[in-house]
Amino acid sequence: MSTTTVAHHEEHHDHPAGIMRWLTTTNHKDIGTMYLTFSLIMFFVGGSMILAIRAELFQPGLQLLNPEFFNQLIGVHALVMIFAALMPAATGFANWMIPLQIGAPDMALPRLNNWGFWLLPPSAILLTLPFTLALFGIGDGALATGWTFYPPLSVQGGIGVDFAIFAVHLLGISSVLGSINIIVTLFNMRAPGMTLMKMPMFAWGWLITAFLLIATIPVLAGAVTMLLTDRHFGTHFFDAAGGGDPIMFQHLFWFFGHPEVYILLLPVWGFIPQILETFSRKPMYGYKAQVYSLWAIGALAVVVWAHHFFTAGMPVPALLYFMYSTMAISLPLAVLFFCWIKTMWKGSMSFETPMLFAVGWIILFGIGGLTGLVLADVAADAQYHNSYFVVAHFHYTLFAGGIMGIMAGTYYWLPKMTGHMYSEKLGKLHFWLTAISFNLTFIPQFFLGLAGMPRRIPDYALQFAEFNMISSIAAFVLGFSQLLFVYNIVSCARGGKKATDQVWEGAKGLEWTLPSPPPYHSFTEQPTVK
Amino acid sequence: MQGFRKIGLGVLAMLASLNAYADYSWNFPLPATPMALDTLHVHNKFMTITGVIFLVVLAIMIYSIFSHRKSKSYKPVADKAPSTAVEIFWTLIPFAILLLIDFVIMGIPAYHSVIMMEDTRDKATMVIKITGSQWRWQYEYMDGDAKGIKFVSNLSTPKEQTAKGFQGVKDADYLLEVDNRLVLPVGEKVRVLMTATDVLHNWWVPQFGSSRVAVPGFLRETWVQVDRAGTYRGQCKELCGKGHGYMPIVVDAVPMEQFKVWVAAKKEELAKASAGADKEWTKEDLVTTGKGVYEKNCAVCHQVSGAGLPPAFPALTGSKIANGPIFGADGKYLKDSHLDRVLNGVRVMPSWKALLNDTEIAAVITYERNALGNSVGDVLQPAQVKAARQ
Repeated sequence: MSTTTVAHHEEHHDHPAGIMRWLTTTNHKDIGTMYLTFSLIMFFVGGSMILAIRAELFQPGLQLLNPEFFNQLIGVHALVMIFAALMPAATGFANWMIPLQIGAPDMALPRLNNWGFWLLPPSAILLTLPFTLALFGIGDGALATGWTFYPPLSVQGGIGVDFAIFAVHLLGISSVLGSINIIVTLFNMRAPGMTLMKMPMFAWGWLITAFLLIATIPVLAGAVTMLLTDRHFGTHFFDAAGGGDPIMFQHLFWFFGHPEVYILLLPVWGFIPQILETFSRKPMYGYKAQVYSLWAIGALAVVVWAHHFFTAGMPVPALLYFMYSTMAISLPLAVLFFCWIKTMWKGSMSFETPMLFAVGWIILFGIGGLTGLVLADVAADAQYHNSYFVVAHFHYTLFAGGIMGIMAGTYYWLPKMTGHMYSEKLGKLHFWLTAISFNLTFIPQFFLGLAGMPRRIPDYALQFAEFNMISSIAAFVLGFSQLLFVYNIVSCARGGKKATDQVWEGAKGLEWTLPSPPPYHSFTEQPTVK
Repeated sequence: MQGFRKIGLGVLAMLASLNAYADYSWNFPLPATPMALDTLHVHNKFMTITGVIFLVVLAIMIYSIFSHRKSKSYKPVADKAPSTAVEIFWTLIPFAILLLIDFVIMGIPAYHSVIMMEDTRDKATMVIKITGSQWRWQYEYMDGDAKGIKFVSNLSTPKEQTAKGFQGVKDADYLLEVDNRLVLPVGEKVRVLMTATDVLHNWWVPQFGSSRVAVPGFLRETWVQVDRAGTYRGQCKELCGKGHGYMPIVVDAVPMEQFKVWVAAKKEELAKASAGADKEWTKEDLVTTGKGVYEKNCAVCHQVSGAGLPPAFPALTGSKIANGPIFGADGKYLKDSHLDRVLNGVRVMPSWKALLNDTEIAAVITYERNALGNSVGDVLQPAQVKAARQ
């Protein structure tokens, strides 16, 4: 390719400036940046909702919120955090890093990529608009059923439920589009010589995530559509009086909902080993074993759903099957944990912020995993189910395992994306504040659950007061510590010490061969992998 | 300053309460049934196993973190070309350990617990039915001497304490006290049938170890056998709307003789109430009784003043239904009349047919029509409600 055609090519793709650049962009880096920014904003939206709840739960009695509003906040907090904070963050990294990691010039389907992102802001508005409408006397606020939409409560609910159903439809379409794009990219655009079994682990994690999304999102979309027709068009899918079954919804919902947990976590399980090998200065251990484990978890994810509602009543063989299949997930996870730790073992470790987050992540996610193992036991689950024990458990998997993982990834790739180093001092402070206040928020909730406090109650009996108070104080520290994160990201984007191409001493892989920040169009000439 | 003082007091209170609850504030409450005892054992065993795994792995990590550091000039081991056989061998070790833990050490006791938990019928000497409604429980005794006893159990914590912004001293059993307690004999295995009238509920007493979702239109079952006399408290644990935090459960477990005395007294009380339905009531008596029924059952949505919470919960003051006619020319109650609404419900409004007796329905309707800013002036007699039920 001659120099003149390259220059012409670049010129041809000269992009509009201002808002039109972002509305019309098909560049994977621009779209990745938009996903990540959107995710960060929604992280604070969802976070402020939960701080309102923790303020209410600071002591017994109702102080700030009405029970109706409380119920709306808990459900929308979860939907926002899962669909608008955690998933877009993972997709943002996929957009930014997958082409760079596999030596591709862009994603395979760039226009679809743009559409995938621009479906998100309208769905975020759909989710939160009912709060505003209620202020003007229209409807009675947002979805008040918890994020799980369980009928008949959701059939009884107000317009907030309809808004949330349509938001889920849009988010689902966006996720399926993103997944198709990633699968097509990974199967068609890898650099010559990069066989599937040489693909970076992050790409593997996302490949399995994408398959899970395509398999399960349509089930969720179908379930919420059935709910919509039950609400407005006289069907009785979930109404016993018309021959339906409310528990049927739970089966459909969790057929999506359980894989969703792995959808959120698999991308993180992909890049954490890459961070570990970088800062241990030694290749990751058991690449093959990790890939096979990811596949095993992807497969198990779709056959264990009913453990989310053991107490709803099911035949003994079903209880036993779902109990043992759920326990089986710990087998591939044990292999993964072993490989992660073995990667660190006898490495030459240094503890920059990404490594701190990665190591803290292993420990805290380990707690989430082990408490998940005891939750699988049907008899004990009768006690844990819908108590604060479960709340603590899934925050160890989704906050520690998900969001703290995303933070590790952010610090790891931020210098590559912006071309500047972030403040290591603030990063470390952010890590310690987050890790400590996170534990102080959720460890008391394990004890609250054991003592018998149900989740989703706006007011509680006096014996739960002390633990709730500790949890609330720590939650506020946790929430406000995240301002450091934003400050660090923003000041890193604006300037700072120049980052080298490789950024980290031990970093290996195609993305670290490009300049920091990489040019707008990277890998216009395909690299080869030996 | 106020805030800091509160936090300080909270921390002090916490330390004090650690002493008070000593053994059980860090774990499940003291079990009262064989199932809860079994659950506690299973839980303790699994927690110990997972705790040991966690600590061993953590110790290995910490050792590595402190020894294999670049700052200590630790040289990374040179990785040879990955020898697949060695790698498979090493990665199969954690796999095998978990295989043993999951399906033998934890799996076998878990199997027996499931079988025990789901065996609701063997040796059961009594059957009760529990019905969840927004936001109260109804208990019905299905067989034996107690057959036919049926009552509703509501939160009885005073309204001002649960109101927003209440500053005073709360009852010791704040949010965990009811007007009518479920009474069970000690040592008897009771089969519990569970259902609901509107949305999902979950009847959960932590010290019983059993919890089952109440599904409208279906019967689910579980069992309890309370082995120690005493009072046990629990709460609904399936989100069921705005009153979810306000539908507690209180169970009195008493010796058999005492249970029989209670059954006799309760039957007499119910007979008296049903006799009351046949007599002619005065308007004043109905309004007085109706006020109590209204504030216990209706005020949570329609508000004590009758103003409601529109649009979800309409006002009764000035409402078309509460001021319109009840009976048509043929003497039967009209569709969409006041009585029809209360008996059969519509959308969010529950059906009260099964929850309130004739006198209570007559009283509450008469109250709503002659108070709360309404003055229709008519009287609905319990006998008319009884006739309307047929």
